[in-house]
Amino acid sequence: MIKKRLRAQKICFFLLKVAVAINGAALAIIVYFIVSRGWRAISWEFLSKPPTDSMTMGGILPCIVGTVSLCMTTILFALPIGVASAIYLNEYAGQTKLVRFIRLGINNLAGVPSIVFGLFGLAFFVIVLDMGVSILAGGLTLGIMTLPVIIGASEEALKSVPKPYREASLAMGATQWQTIRKVVLPVAFPGIITGSILGLSRAAGETAPIMYTGAVFFTPDLPSSIFDEVMALPYHIYVLATAGTNIEATRHLQYGTALVLISLIFGMNLFAIIMRAKMRKKLKG
Amino acid sequence: MNRWIKSILILVFGLFCVASSQVFAGELVIKGSTTVLPIAQMAAETFMAENPDVKISLSGGGSGNGIKAIIDGTAQIGNASRFIKQKEVSLAVTKGVYPVPFRIALDAIVPVVNPKNSVTDLTTAQLKDIYLGKIKDWKDVGGTPGKIVVISRDSSSGTFGVWQELVMLEDRVVPSALTVPSNGGIVQAVANTPGAIGYVGLGYLNKEIKAIKVNGVTGTEETTLNGSFPISRGLFMFTQGWPEGETMDFINYIFSKKGQELVRKAGSIPVFGF
Amino acid sequence: MKRQNIDKTVRSGFLLVALFSIVALSLIIIFLFLEGIPILEHVSLKEFLFGQYWYPTDDPADFGILPLILGSIYVTVISGMIAIPLGVMTAIYLAQIAPATVSQIVKPIVELLASMPSVVIGFFGMVVVAPFIQQLFNIPVGLNMFNASLMLAFMAVPTICSISEDAVFSVPTALKEASLALGATHFETLVRVIVPASLSGICTAIILGLSRAVGETMVVLMAAGGAAMIPTSIFDPVRPLPASIAAEMAEAPFRSEHYHALFAIGIVLFVFTFLFNLLADHISYKFRQVGEASL
Repeated sequence: MIKKRLRAQKICFFLLKVAVAINGAALAIIVYFIVSRGWRAISWEFLSKPPTDSMTMGGILPCIVGTVSLCMTTILFALPIGVASAIYLNEYAGQTKLVRFIRLGINNLAGVPSIVFGLFGLAFFVIVLDMGVSILAGGLTLGIMTLPVIIGASEEALKSVPKPYREASLAMGATQWQTIRKVVLPVAFPGIITGSILGLSRAAGETAPIMYTGAVFFTPDLPSSIFDEVMALPYHIYVLATAGTNIEATRHLQYGTALVLISLIFGMNLFAIIMRAKMRKKLKG
Repeated sequence: MNRWIKSILILVFGLFCVASSQVFAGELVIKGSTTVLPIAQMAAETFMAENPDVKISLSGGGSGNGIKAIIDGTAQIGNASRFIKQKEVSLAVTKGVYPVPFRIALDAIVPVVNPKNSVTDLTTAQLKDIYLGKIKDWKDVGGTPGKIVVISRDSSSGTFGVWQELVMLEDRVVPSALTVPSNGGIVQAVANTPGAIGYVGLGYLNKEIKAIKVNGVTGTEETTLNGSFPISRGLFMFTQGWPEGETMDFINYIFSKKGQELVRKAGSIPVFGF
Repeated sequence: MKRQNIDKTVRSGFLLVALFSIVALSLIIIFLFLEGIPILEHVSLKEFLFGQYWYPTDDPADFGILPLILGSIYVTVISGMIAIPLGVMTAIYLAQIAPATVSQIVKPIVELLASMPSVVIGFFGMVVVAPFIQQLFNIPVGLNMFNASLMLAFMAVPTICSISEDAVFSVPTALKEASLALGATHFETLVRVIVPASLSGICTAIILGLSRAVGETMVVLMAAGGAAMIPTSIFDPVRPLPASIAAEMAEAPFRSEHYHALFAIGIVLFVFTFLFNLLADHISYKFRQVGEASL
């Protein structure tokens, strides 16, 4: 009887392990294909030159610069608002109806499909606010999309600051604002940055929100102001893979661009994951 | 913490300085048809090499988008692989805009199939029935039996518009047709799908796909110019009013000998034989 | 006294900023409706939602989005059938069974999978998976509902997995120990005690995962085939809602019927995900675990 039950357990645990293995395999297969077919395209020239010959030769420098400038705008916009929102929710607010309402808003914002952000960015930033297709419009659209991630991460970081820190500061006569500024924020700062990097890495890889707000097919010169439109890595992959002038002949460029994009994103993620692991050790120790 | 913030701020400031150090005299935005795109792109590259102070940015999106961009004023040049529609003219006029067309090249739209396909010749009536979904199997048009996979373009593409007008005679393409966003997309899909049929601009023909004769005529530069190939069209660049400055220079460049050579290099048919 | 005043001002400042998310969400809703509702001047709501033909550029045009809605529902359901078991099983394994060393490796893998840009997954589906399944099943096209669902599943798995894991992990150890002490095997404890106790969290995870799949754009744009037909087999090409918006918005003349119709599709998509999120929020709020007492 017990043997039978244990056998059932064995089979099921095996199935669970299979599920885990499938996830690992999926990641490994995708990464394998991108790396094995993309690395040949990578060279100093590929990273430092604009595309030439109808984007069938040359590099992807404008796309890298475009993605970086979109991300800069995103973070400059979303980080202050996100951190301030988190400070309010975690340090000031109680369990009021308003707070539940705000949280509901944030949760729903997190669930809005990326293409809907794109539609909104087009209707509001590009047309109504007359920013045109630009780094600014694209960055702000991405910023609103990233906001819930940054708020979540910042709240997490603020929560991890031990209560006695605050109590000690308040007991010494500091106001709540002084406590937050001088005690809570410095402790939470690395956590906030870690979470923001994770949010930013998601923004860097998004295509749908910038298709109509920030990215264009081809503009080989680097942007000179935030009102310029740019090329961006994810959009470049989409364009080369579906609308390029010679899709089969530029396969290596597509894989190469994908490789650069996932290296950038995985790099940001690994940095954040390692930093978080270090912080946890520090907090425990 | 302060050191963190400071270093980030310096980094950001530095990047903005680097970015803003390049100032350009003229900016030219070109949008529209993916068929005109290779011409515009080649011309833009060489034009910018000769005029380093002009900055050109280029996006695709189809003819409707190109003309829309002219009407909205979001681009200086709108590419289109069809002439402007009456609807668009009236929209432009209500906004006080007068689009000016330049026919910069000719193009033939050639039906294509997978190289493994044995069919070599179709009539426009057969093409229409295939795209209506009435003919579903290759054996009905003299090929080896197998399901026909109909591949078409997104409904706002200019190539689709011409196909709709000249082959479909304004009847609707069957809903089960796969849609791809570009000529290149059709080439790729047809090359990878044994039973597929699609249609592309002359410039996109390559050895991965097989061109089909229409009513017995092969699509070439010659048959297009003499009018015997039935599915052909002009390629246009539209400007908002009569062009000035860089826009005029660029249009003139396309009509120059060099520009028209680029047209041929991009696979389309020049309008002037120099 | 002055310091307290500053404190109050600062507090209200933070409140104002915290309201920004609500403002942003409201603006999104307002603009979607502002640009989407005018389509109802051309077609009735019934014709729009249940019309079978999507020919937005014809003259006269047809704006029936039923094929697009069904496309979205089908790919989401099929991807759910793949992603739910995978995600939940991985979560259970990570939270209850895996040794610490294993979960230290697996968790970052799931996180990296989550961070994989959708355009890369769509690209992968298009250039690697499509030819593969085309040959494997001997079907005319590899860009179809099955391909898109498979790719979407891998976008939904990390969401389902990480939220379920939190739920499974937070089941009080007392419950687990009680079950084991009564002679149940580890497996029986899992199935009869731990999973039921974390069911609300798992449901939330599934809903959020599927909500992500419904709204995902690049994957369905690149791998689903893009035919606006009502599919009859899982190897038929489809054109889900987000794909239609992304493919056509660039070409829809500003404030034309087509433009309004695409925003109206945005409303439908938004309503889908909004309902999913409200449901998830409701479940997690109503059935949140308060120690052992909630069972």
